Amino acid sequence: MGFGLLALRASRTSSAINRSCFSTSPTLLISRIFASQSPNPSNRHSRGIVSTPELLQNAEATAEAPQPQEIHPPRTPLAGARVHFPNPEDAIEVFVDGFPVTIPKGMTVLQACEVAGVDIPRFCYHSRLSIAGNCRMCLVEVEKSPKPVASCAMPALPGMKIKTDTPVAKKAREGVMEFLLMNHPLDCPICDQGGECDLQDQSMAFGSDRGRFTDVKRSVVDKNLGPLVKTVMTRCIQCTRCVRFATEVAGVQDLGMLGRGSGEEIGTYVEKLMTSELSGNVIDICPVGALTSKPFAFKARNWELKATETIDVTDAVGSNIRIDSRGPEVMRIIPRLNEDINEEWISDKTRFCYDGLKRQRLNDPMIRGPDGRFKSVSWRDALAIVAEVARQVQPEEIVGVAGRLSDAESMMALKDFLNRMGSNNVWFEGNGVRPNADLRSGYLLNSSISGLEKADVFLLVGTQPRIEAPMVNARIHKTVRATHAKVGYIGPPTDFNYNYENLGTGPQTLLEIAEGRHPFCSALRNAKNLAIIVGAGLFERKDKDAILSVVDSIAKLGNVVRPDWNGLNFLLLHAAQAASLDLGLVPESDNSIESAKFLYLMGADDVELEKLPSDAFVVYQGHHGDRSVYRANVILPASAFSEKEGTYENTEGCSQQTLPAVPTVGDARDDWKIIRALSEVAGVCLPYDNLAGIHSRISVVAPNLLRVDDREPTLIHTDLKPDCQQKMSTEPFCSAVDNFYMTDSITRASKIMAQCSASLLLKK
Amino acid sequence: MFARLATKRFLEIRQIFRQPSQPSRSFSTALNYHIDSPDNSPDTPWEFSVANKERVKEILSHYPSNYKQSAVIPLLDLAQQQHGGWLPVSAMNAKYPLQKNSSSRVAKVVKVAPIRVYEVATFYSMFNRTKVGKYHLLVCGTTPCMIRGSRDIEEALLKHLGVKRNEVTKDGLFSVGEMECMGCCVNAPMITVADYSKGSEGYTYNYYEDITPKRVVEIVEMLRRGEAPPVGTQNPKRIRSGPEGGNTTLLSEPKPPPCRDLDAC
Repeated sequence: MGFGLLALRASRTSSAINRSCFSTSPTLLISRIFASQSPNPSNRHSRGIVSTPELLQNAEATAEAPQPQEIHPPRTPLAGARVHFPNPEDAIEVFVDGFPVTIPKGMTVLQACEVAGVDIPRFCYHSRLSIAGNCRMCLVEVEKSPKPVASCAMPALPGMKIKTDTPVAKKAREGVMEFLLMNHPLDCPICDQGGECDLQDQSMAFGSDRGRFTDVKRSVVDKNLGPLVKTVMTRCIQCTRCVRFATEVAGVQDLGMLGRGSGEEIGTYVEKLMTSELSGNVIDICPVGALTSKPFAFKARNWELKATETIDVTDAVGSNIRIDSRGPEVMRIIPRLNEDINEEWISDKTRFCYDGLKRQRLNDPMIRGPDGRFKSVSWRDALAIVAEVARQVQPEEIVGVAGRLSDAESMMALKDFLNRMGSNNVWFEGNGVRPNADLRSGYLLNSSISGLEKADVFLLVGTQPRIEAPMVNARIHKTVRATHAKVGYIGPPTDFNYNYENLGTGPQTLLEIAEGRHPFCSALRNAKNLAIIVGAGLFERKDKDAILSVVDSIAKLGNVVRPDWNGLNFLLLHAAQAASLDLGLVPESDNSIESAKFLYLMGADDVELEKLPSDAFVVYQGHHGDRSVYRANVILPASAFSEKEGTYENTEGCSQQTLPAVPTVGDARDDWKIIRALSEVAGVCLPYDNLAGIHSRISVVAPNLLRVDDREPTLIHTDLKPDCQQKMSTEPFCSAVDNFYMTDSITRASKIMAQCSASLLLKK
Repeated sequence: MFARLATKRFLEIRQIFRQPSQPSRSFSTALNYHIDSPDNSPDTPWEFSVANKERVKEILSHYPSNYKQSAVIPLLDLAQQQHGGWLPVSAMNAKYPLQKNSSSRVAKVVKVAPIRVYEVATFYSMFNRTKVGKYHLLVCGTTPCMIRGSRDIEEALLKHLGVKRNEVTKDGLFSVGEMECMGCCVNAPMITVADYSKGSEGYTYNYYEDITPKRVVEIVEMLRRGEAPPVGTQNPKRIRSGPEGGNTTLLSEPKPPPCRDLDAC
């Protein structure tokens, strides 16, 4: 800033003072003078900081001469704001800018405005967090109220006349904005929030082009919150959304508001990383650039990114996400609103696994030569070799394993292909031996994720939802916080972010509860809606049938399965698990892998390959050079979830679709296409050539998979289960997921996830 | 005319460039975040003394058992009294208590997350979160005292002791801080000398009023020698808050309050 500019500013200020008005430009001043004389209040509005006397005069003028009642056309509620009347008697009517809206009692003025289709600017208010009311940006004028009212914290009262677009409201917001911008650095050009910053957007409407603050701006020391969240604390406007998020949603009381007055800052006081599996969400809720994504820092501007609405496959929840890509590169992943599944949060694994999509990718078909090294070949050669080997072995020696990230289409194709080859040994890697694929209620989260909010007692059996499915855990946390629901847990010691009771570690405790000997039984009996959640980690135990029959008897004890409530839940671990069971990927023989001569791994990296005979021929079809590649004889490169259209069914039985956001890497192809091509080379051509064809095949096997974004509820049939003769072992339950950040080939290839495991897991 | 305007504009430009004399006046003794130091780290064991544990129970009894967190301010105050006038981070939430399974830290006593205690401790400037001297000299900086020269007094103190604000002298005897209005405006300027060296039973918190830069140095020297300077006004011509040289008004007997003539009713 040169001398000239400063001089200009000084002279303007002085002239403004001389005229007892802070207006800055001559034209504005003229218009102001003109406006104060004109009776029409509509052109009274002018930008810049207005002085008080004039405004008071205007307010008096409007009070004296009441305006004729304006008739507003009905407006559509903002952002799908819905009005739900739990009790019709509690409906009240308020007027927003003269437009009458009917809302339930207890709604705030801001919510009433949203229903009326008026967007109120806000920073601290967030519909999923508690109300703080500290940013004052949402000030509105309420008739008969002497001062502007903070609409986010003010309950709407019957007959309230709310005015959102009056000079008083506008001036109040301009004042707030000036104070907010006073200490806010002018670093929008180097700020990652630029383009999606609430402060930037709202300063367009309420900001002045100059401020009156001539002092030194304050600066705040940046905090280290770990490898995921980058902090530039000078930009913070103290809205405390992150503090409330950490406390109320993530359930880790790490962040706080330290100091007071102008020295106020967000921090942890004693340096501490934010050890939450949901910490990435503070990036989204931060209205300014104080908390931004560390891996995404300085990588791209949000307006140059292409958004693709898809779903996440790193866990069985199927969180709705938006992949932002630039060219062939996934730049970031952010959540998408889905009230039934992930609300508007996603886990850190979902959000930051994307750099795994760029590393360790398989891009060419490869064959292991006699020297043990892989050699790139053409698709034709690779398929020819695979088909030839497959034809040479006995049909029962052919085994196919679908991996954790497989979509329903490719699993269908794999099963069809192997069946046509004469083998029925096709299975999914996380289901254990003899999985129950007959009754859908035997492997799904029957009460649905959002339905968990109705539960008042939880019994977690061998599952640690916090690391297995953070979004389900967030629901449980929400329920526990809202209704003080009781949580009982059976399993190894672990971290919970809500109050829980550790009942025991193994099947013994389960038996005690079933026999009514355990002190927790009284809670179970008194529960209205008991939710039993059984972890899918138990599916891999040898005595799982015995355990499940004990769980069934507990369910009977707590009257869990009723027509209005099905609280016997199974929490799956992998994105493809529910679909694999729906499609019936169940092996014919229990020890198929020991006798396999031809093993077809479709992205399966967690199969125990030690038992495999050394002369077995292993085909690995997948997108990452992960564990199984070391044993593979042939590699067939496939596309990852961000590159293909595929159907996934989440743990509650809701089928959803991924959409391709970026092109495939190298010569890779979609999984089902590879199998389709291979079937032709092998001489057992599959009868579908496109997705529509494969969908019509799926509609025969599992039609629910095709009803996208629809949850197919399970039927209740408790009597169908055969009696169990198995003996339960006393071996305690073990945790199904060792490292939350690394569970599949994508996350294992991710550098960010590796950093997280190194720095965040140690603390736990 | 032109010259006058030019001069005015020049003065305004200079005003813009001139840095404020005190860029930021922090009222608290420490930063809003914790930095480990040998005498202040979460690893240092800390515990309420046996006598104070009784007082902790007594303080907690003032509040309903489901609102234990209400006791956080009195408990922090007690911890500060016990710890020589300042509050180490381990008093709020020590990683290791002195005895195993003992939960005698403020965050544990009131059963809240440590950050909730830190929030309170950083909010209130009377909680000293860094080490203070044996005598913590608090200069009142609010308007009446400031008009009567509290800045000069602070300057004299800092110069005499050779420290900066909130710094402890080498001998550990003194530290100087600032405090907001302590209600002695009629005897402004004033300082408070906080002496917590006798623990939570015998700590003193003395006011020295009507001080001058010269007198404040004398007070400091008396304290250094172990003497007890007379508290209250330091102006020999004043008696407490009375005017200098005796009363000048209201010398006669006060009139009784006016009363209705009851007989006339």
